[in-house]
Amino acid sequence: MPKPENFDKLTPDEKRQARLEAWINHEGLEFTDPEAEKGYKERAQLFADVFQMKKPKRLPVAIATGFYPFLYAGYSCKDAMYDTDKLGKAMKKFHEDFMPDAAASAGLYVPGKVLEILDYKLYHWPGHGVPENTSYQCAEAEFMKPDEYRTYLDDPTDYFIRTYMPRVFGALEPWQELPPFTNLLELPFIPWGMLSFGLPHIQETLKKLMEAGQLSLEFAGKVAEIDNDIITSLGLVKYQGGFSKVPYDVIADTMRGTRAIMLDTFRKRKEILEASERNIPFMTKMPYGAYTWGAPPTVFFPLHKGADGFMSPKDFKELYWPSFKAVMLNLIEDGMIPFLFVEGSYNQRLDIITDPDIPAGSTIWYFDKTDMAEVRKHLQGWACFSGNFPSSLLAAGTVDQVKEEVKKLIDTCAGDGGYYVVNGAVLDEAKAENLHAYVDTVKEYGVY
Amino acid sequence: MSKELVDLVVDMREEEAVKLAEKLLKEGAEPLGLLDDCREALGIIGDRFAAGECFVPELILAGEMLRQIGALVKPKLEASGGATQEKIGRIVFGTVEGDIHDIAKDIVVFMLDINGFDVMDLGVDVPAANFVEAVKEFKPQVVGLSGFLTLAYDPMKNTVQALKDAGLRDSVKVMIGGGQMDDNVAAYAKADAYGKDAMAAVTLSKGWVGAK
Repeated sequence: MPKPENFDKLTPDEKRQARLEAWINHEGLEFTDPEAEKGYKERAQLFADVFQMKKPKRLPVAIATGFYPFLYAGYSCKDAMYDTDKLGKAMKKFHEDFMPDAAASAGLYVPGKVLEILDYKLYHWPGHGVPENTSYQCAEAEFMKPDEYRTYLDDPTDYFIRTYMPRVFGALEPWQELPPFTNLLELPFIPWGMLSFGLPHIQETLKKLMEAGQLSLEFAGKVAEIDNDIITSLGLVKYQGGFSKVPYDVIADTMRGTRAIMLDTFRKRKEILEASERNIPFMTKMPYGAYTWGAPPTVFFPLHKGADGFMSPKDFKELYWPSFKAVMLNLIEDGMIPFLFVEGSYNQRLDIITDPDIPAGSTIWYFDKTDMAEVRKHLQGWACFSGNFPSSLLAAGTVDQVKEEVKKLIDTCAGDGGYYVVNGAVLDEAKAENLHAYVDTVKEYGVY
Repeated sequence: MSKELVDLVVDMREEEAVKLAEKLLKEGAEPLGLLDDCREALGIIGDRFAAGECFVPELILAGEMLRQIGALVKPKLEASGGATQEKIGRIVFGTVEGDIHDIAKDIVVFMLDINGFDVMDLGVDVPAANFVEAVKEFKPQVVGLSGFLTLAYDPMKNTVQALKDAGLRDSVKVMIGGGQMDDNVAAYAKADAYGKDAMAAVTLSKGWVGAK
């Protein structure tokens, strides 16, 4: 179903409804057989029901995957990021063998070659700073210095182009010599703004960008092929759409690093608040890059530096929440559904996140290690929630323990709907028989 | 003893705390006494952390204040010949192979150190063999394994196994901690205990060495 012509005039609820219906009716997908199409529609309906806090026919089940599919297929983590044929084969085999309701995207396993060309420094990846059979890991550093908040606030985009990117991408280091693009005002200024691009070492950076761009384009095509094949042949649904970040986390994860941001909360409180607020429009725009009509209308946010322990509830309320809430409300207004992945735990935050300004049924909360009985108490009837099946049990437990834990979790959480099952932390390590027991038990036991 | 210094550190008033320490030293205060004040403040902060009344940023800033005051005190201590605090036990600590996460590890090492342990910090991405070597050489009572990822489960297990193969397992208690660790993983890795945070590591270690 196409986008309604009067879309802009719809209420946020109607917009969300229209986006969800377009997703269920798989605008733009061609299935290999009617069975797959039927499976897709049923599964999309299950998720759409729980997203809107209804009781689904049965509980949908998802597996949050890290590098498990590759280890399961007998490949290395490095293969996932350096060999798209193996990437495709492993993703297909994983979904075909375990048949969770939701399809994970191959797009998470970005090409190591692109990162190498750019000399990317914020992460280490398999075979490049961490062993070949380990997932990529963040290697935080102070890419923004403590005295640069003001420069960032003045012009975040210019700061990214001429300061952040030259530091985080070794290949773009010469960009710190570029003049600001806002100098290109009138005819007499044009050559003076252009001349840097005549310098050989700046031209070298452009060649690297073109090379990285070419590989990224090829990768995107391959990801679309892999993902579509899984969806259209197995009838699984992609339920995570766009991506964004909490404004505070942009500063904390991406620019300052954990240690520095924690010291900044004492030393540069005002600057953190201002920078978080400055990030609101950028983080509101970010998810639309990947969104086309008919795609899942969910916007995935990994929540990091606001977790229990990482700051006091008071700081969460003052520093983390206001700009985060503003981004969510902007998206909700447009019928998009913020999908919040609460990494670590939020046991001390449940009162704060259930903010009356956020309309009921407009968000999805996916928890890692938060107490799920408390989650249900706070969230049921207000928002869809999921998570905290212990990933440790999938790796270290027995089949019987897994089955028992699935049932216990469903008994605790399912209630009157608005709930689905997913493991807490992304999975790198697991026993296959445990994962089968996990998926199958949800499908058998999770019936209303 | 300066109760004022203790209070400033506990209240996270960094600038004032460092300035006061400077002033006290100038006025001829006993350098070791200042470190004792810091230690007392850290004790209070640790208790508050364990009680859920303060959080990781406070531990990090406290560490930062201690570092700055320590730097002021050090030249005076060296001049006076110095005396070191008596240690209550030895601990080998590190993030297991394949995992490069250091922040939580650093905090735990810092709190163990502040609480009187002599800690050998092996860093991150530490192969099992290095733990074995360190245990042979340093003869700790406790080994702490840190890990953030689900991929750290097997390296933890392998490290405990390597200690066993080297005949060292019975000489040490092994604790694990970090992001995706829990009691399931402690059992899987055949560790003695899982600790949920820095103060849990302190409590476990003190229990094992028989300190209060």
